[in-house]
Amino acid sequence: MRSIHRHHEFWLTLIIALMVIGTTLRSPGFISGQKMIEIFNDSSMLIILALGQMAVILTRSIDLSMASNLALSGMIVALINAAYPEIPVPVLMLIATSCGLLMGIFNGSLVWWLGIPSIVVTLGTLTIYRGIIFVLAGGKWVNADAFTESFIQYTRVEFLGIPALSWYAIIIVLAFFIFMTRTSAGRSIYAIGINPSAALYTGINIGKTQFMTFCISGALSGFCGYLWVSRYVIGSVEVAKGYELIVVAACVIGGISIAGGVGTVVGTVLGALFLGFISNALPVIGVSPFWQMAISGGAIILAVIINASSQKQGKRIILKNRGAQS
Amino acid sequence: MSDLKPQIRHIADRLESPLKLAVFSWPSLLLVVAVALFILNSFMSPYFLSAWSLSDATFNFTEKAIIAFAMALLIISGEIDLSVAAIIALSSTIMGLCLQLGFGTSELVFVGLFVGVLCGAFNGTLVVGLGLPSIVVTIGTMSFFRGISFIILGDQAFNGYPAEFAFFGQGYVWWVISFEFVLFLFVALAYFVLLHKTNFGRQIFVIGNNATAAQFSGVRVKRIKFILFCLVGLMSGIAAILLTSRLGSTRPSIAQGWELEVITMVVLGGISILGGSGTIQGVFIAAFIMGLISFGLGLLNVPGIVMSIFIGALLIIVIALPIIAGKIKNRLKT
Repeated sequence: MRSIHRHHEFWLTLIIALMVIGTTLRSPGFISGQKMIEIFNDSSMLIILALGQMAVILTRSIDLSMASNLALSGMIVALINAAYPEIPVPVLMLIATSCGLLMGIFNGSLVWWLGIPSIVVTLGTLTIYRGIIFVLAGGKWVNADAFTESFIQYTRVEFLGIPALSWYAIIIVLAFFIFMTRTSAGRSIYAIGINPSAALYTGINIGKTQFMTFCISGALSGFCGYLWVSRYVIGSVEVAKGYELIVVAACVIGGISIAGGVGTVVGTVLGALFLGFISNALPVIGVSPFWQMAISGGAIILAVIINASSQKQGKRIILKNRGAQS
Repeated sequence: MSDLKPQIRHIADRLESPLKLAVFSWPSLLLVVAVALFILNSFMSPYFLSAWSLSDATFNFTEKAIIAFAMALLIISGEIDLSVAAIIALSSTIMGLCLQLGFGTSELVFVGLFVGVLCGAFNGTLVVGLGLPSIVVTIGTMSFFRGISFIILGDQAFNGYPAEFAFFGQGYVWWVISFEFVLFLFVALAYFVLLHKTNFGRQIFVIGNNATAAQFSGVRVKRIKFILFCLVGLMSGIAAILLTSRLGSTRPSIAQGWELEVITMVVLGGISILGGSGTIQGVFIAAFIMGLISFGLGLLNVPGIVMSIFIGALLIIVIALPIIAGKIKNRLKT
């Protein structure tokens, strides 16, 4: 199994490298360090969100409410910042993360306590969370001039030539890597995905672990809510609309099996970078931005085909926990 | 030694009466919700109970419901299609393209349906032929199909559909009964017969409950799933014709977000998202419920985005309530 994982990440790295070289041939100067940092910075939020989604998908669930969660948490801190500019930004980050965590707890407890399929729960909360934004803000937008300078700067300050936004992503990636590979909680996430019945008999509480992954994805979405509003300097109902499926796409391209249990942190990061690269490279080589959607779609389909041929295992219907259901 | 008494088991001497089953079934629960909503609406707004406004209200859900029936069959068989809204966009765009080439109304309709079926067959080939998980495949084709629309149209729009073409989305068959509504009733009936009265329909349930057992019982699992993907494509093509005709123009962002609304309608209708159970009657009433909610709230000047809170909450509550009730019942027993 391990060699298969390595394979996927190896090929994905190769494809990204080839794309970088191809783009550079078309437009010399693309390969500069500055540009690479820019692409990573652009992909930072996608990376963070994809990691949260990865944890959920590994347990055979799915969280479709991430983008709405992000938008709602972002709107809450945007409104707070506009009304009380004296509150320091780290506190706002904490508020955004807690809001996201609360929404994650709501999703997770419906899945755990009531046993409703996660796709149904998060389909419902996807519309609920986004609707609440409208009610909270009264349909108004929070515009650029409403934010304090430090609110905007907390994602832009550079350290060692790399913007803070990227540093947040790097730290979360490292933490996630340790969590998924070196802690029993992280390993139990894999165990559930690979074989729920076996996991149950080894004493892992399936519902509780799924609940935990929803808390993780919720908290990360909330944190990204602050990052998004700070980076794009706008709070509105439309923030990150439709982004939930892009996050799933990043996971799939990164080699996460939708049937659960298969996938790595490195793969997910590469998957997110792949999508980030496409959106950055297309304008450079003179392809109309209107092509971007079809190309991402094609990439997802190709990735699924490649994943399936390397992970020859029985496909499962929509995220069903076959066998054990605690 | 008295606790070693043989346990007494009660075995019911007859099946539950069909009437009792029908009364406590999911569709009847939905029907109660729908009637309650209807009465509530007529109290809330004086404009609600008029033939024309009720007729207008049907446009809110007929197009989505037409797809929802086919989607219900697909979900019962254990697969899902998230690309339906993108198929609408692509089908509508190709129709617009053919319009520029001077096609007439009947050819446009044919093109719309053909593109729909083709997209469905594409999904079906990937899922059935290559054995890929449908949820990811259709997330991919969702961007892919709509992406092609964006490539063709960019930030432009196709306008100027012929006058006869407008009939499908704007025409009335008799008095306030719109063509769309008649089509909706017809499609509902057709799918009811297909799912509940034919061999084909029974086989869909068998596949959803246990695809392996179905395979060994001689059900052509792959062929049926492929047909279902094509049917969903066909219905999306029909919805594309209706919507394009109603709006009179095509933009690549047409029907954005509909896939989730269609699935909400199906799940609300009592189709198990895990496959294997559900009824067309349920989906039929769920379509009305969603229509009533958005129309009733619309009359009260509630913005669309706030309505989505109600629909999302309804989806969760309607599914959670029976589970909670069951839990309480269990606790009372022990």
